[in-house]
Amino acid sequence: MTQAPDHSAPDMSRRAFLAAAGAVTGLALAPGVTLFAPAMARPVGTAASDKVRWGLLIDLNKMDDGGAKGVAACSAENGWVAAEGSTTDARWIRTLKVSNPANKTVQTLPMMCQHCAEPPCVDVCPTGASMKRADGIVLVDKHTCIGCRYCVLACPYGARSFIHEPLTGQRSHAPRGKGTVESCTLCVHRVDADREPACVEAYGGSKQGAMVFGDLNDPESDISKLVATYATHQVRSDLGTRPGVWYRGLA
Amino acid sequence: MSVRSAFMIATLVLFSTGVAAEGVPQPHPPKGKGEACVAETDFMRRNHPDLLKHQRDDTLRLGIRGDKFSLKECVACHAVPGADSKPVTVKNPKHFCRECHDYAAVQIDCFECHNSVPDDKRSASIDFTMPGTGPGRRTALSLNQCSVGETG
Repeated sequence: MTQAPDHSAPDMSRRAFLAAAGAVTGLALAPGVTLFAPAMARPVGTAASDKVRWGLLIDLNKMDDGGAKGVAACSAENGWVAAEGSTTDARWIRTLKVSNPANKTVQTLPMMCQHCAEPPCVDVCPTGASMKRADGIVLVDKHTCIGCRYCVLACPYGARSFIHEPLTGQRSHAPRGKGTVESCTLCVHRVDADREPACVEAYGGSKQGAMVFGDLNDPESDISKLVATYATHQVRSDLGTRPGVWYRGLA
Repeated sequence: MSVRSAFMIATLVLFSTGVAAEGVPQPHPPKGKGEACVAETDFMRRNHPDLLKHQRDDTLRLGIRGDKFSLKECVACHAVPGADSKPVTVKNPKHFCRECHDYAAVQIDCFECHNSVPDDKRSASIDFTMPGTGPGRRTALSLNQCSVGETG
């Protein structure tokens, strides 16, 4: 005699059930039509892929504050605070005034880790702490950073900071501590959760266009189309670092 | 075995059992929330350093998220409320990790960088008005033949 299934005792965890339900929903629709947008986010538990190359486009024409809002958002998101006038406090992103003597223009732009394809900071690191993730995000592995600061000197963008003082109250997604070097992580904790970096969100998200985050390897992504359509620049492209951060509207 | 070494061993055994009988203060790590840890208690006691170390490399270097041996989750689940009913930091001997680490005299370096208490709610929202700017620091940057000055 066969027993009827016992419906009173669920044999699947809630998570497994939801995952299964999601898969069924996806299959139930017509081919190519799913309830979900094509997943930019990779599944939880899988490694970052080199098929993706994360990048930023900063449109200075649409940015009226030189990047100050992005700086404030980064500071709040990642828990760093740089005292006014301090030359030693960590700054993951800062506003930078650039002037061109040739055409007498003065501009202010946000400057941070440019997430280079050929990062000099990774080349010089003696311990392998300075590293580039498969999807192009350049990070410091503070577990192996010995605080030698070679990378601080090697970075042509002045993007790296050193932490001189003991810290408390760090954000759980952005561990930081004395004796290590740090820089913009492209909000890797958000990117891995399929969200945009905090600075991009501060400017209303990629759709607003002042800061656009996306996959430079995908020719159909907004950022790739914008970079291909308009005059855009990488800062110090002559150095061959191939930054992942692009600027539009540099005079 | 000589008589002398037998005597010494006997003395040692007597001495050590004597100390134990007087009661070395044993660590009593507080239980976490929920019904069970991510693995058996005995397994976690012995292996948590390796598990954490393995996962930290996976997460940071490869970008693998969501595995179960997460320091963040340890801290969140095993938080011990202090006198003000907020979770105590690792500076407090009652902190979950310190209960055993003090006993074993093993220094914890994790919290040099990681927070030893769970995130409070403020990190869930972003305050865009927080000051983070100021005039600034040295830079090696010069935009192709442009002069450069820091604003913040």
